[in-house]
Amino acid sequence: MSRSRSAAALRLHESAPIFAALGDETRLQIVARLCAEGPLSITRLSDGAGVTRQAITKHLNALSAAGLAKNMKTGREQIWELDTRRLEIARRCLDRISDQWDVALGRLKALVEE
Amino acid sequence: MTATTATDRIEKTVIIKAPRSRVWRAISDATQFGEWFRVNLDGQFKAGETIYGKITHPGYEHLTMEMVVDRIEPERFFSYRWHPYAVDPKVDYTPEPMTLVEFTLEDVSGGTRLVIVESGFDKIPLARRAEAFRMNDGGWAEQAQNIDRYVTQS
Repeated sequence: MSRSRSAAALRLHESAPIFAALGDETRLQIVARLCAEGPLSITRLSDGAGVTRQAITKHLNALSAAGLAKNMKTGREQIWELDTRRLEIARRCLDRISDQWDVALGRLKALVEE
Repeated sequence: MTATTATDRIEKTVIIKAPRSRVWRAISDATQFGEWFRVNLDGQFKAGETIYGKITHPGYEHLTMEMVVDRIEPERFFSYRWHPYAVDPKVDYTPEPMTLVEFTLEDVSGGTRLVIVESGFDKIPLARRAEAFRMNDGGWAEQAQNIDRYVTQS
């Protein structure tokens, strides 16, 4: 038990910077667009985002630092894509809430099944 | 936000070997709900009303939980909203979005199928989620042991 517990703590430790990077509405929108539309240029990402290219670039760099997005240079344009491996770690955190429900449901069963 | 992402909801299905009316009482009666959810609620559930309760889970007794009851359809459906990561007594969670928890009951052979859906996680600030997960870490491991004890005793 203690081994799986420290492994869980380690995963959480790894996840914190990811959540911090995602804890901004513009960055979350960028992630959502890269997720839905695939790799995009900074120009495309700026379209309709309501913020400047400079701001988008800053946010992309923050996502990159957290390992959530990657920059692939093609010719003159910078194309950005998601690094899905890290997002998977973030998703696993939700599994913890899921585990809490399992435990509570176990108690509910014990209460009504007699 | 209309689309449901993989990170927005949790769905749980469980088959309980008890009649639907019995499972319904355990969910819709605030006292019985509190017994398995580990909270001491200060009244009964009424649609549209807010109910408060002291958490009774060991180590979390200093916390008060708030539930906004959404819909009650006797013997079939119960839903409420709450702040799912409200584990820091120093933080005022009132301005934050709540998640919606829905219980749906159905007869199956030999008992009752209970489906629980908790949704709306995407609206909660992600930085806050990470913080709550950190605070929860030791507590849930300990809770698993408590359950083991409770189940094996009864």
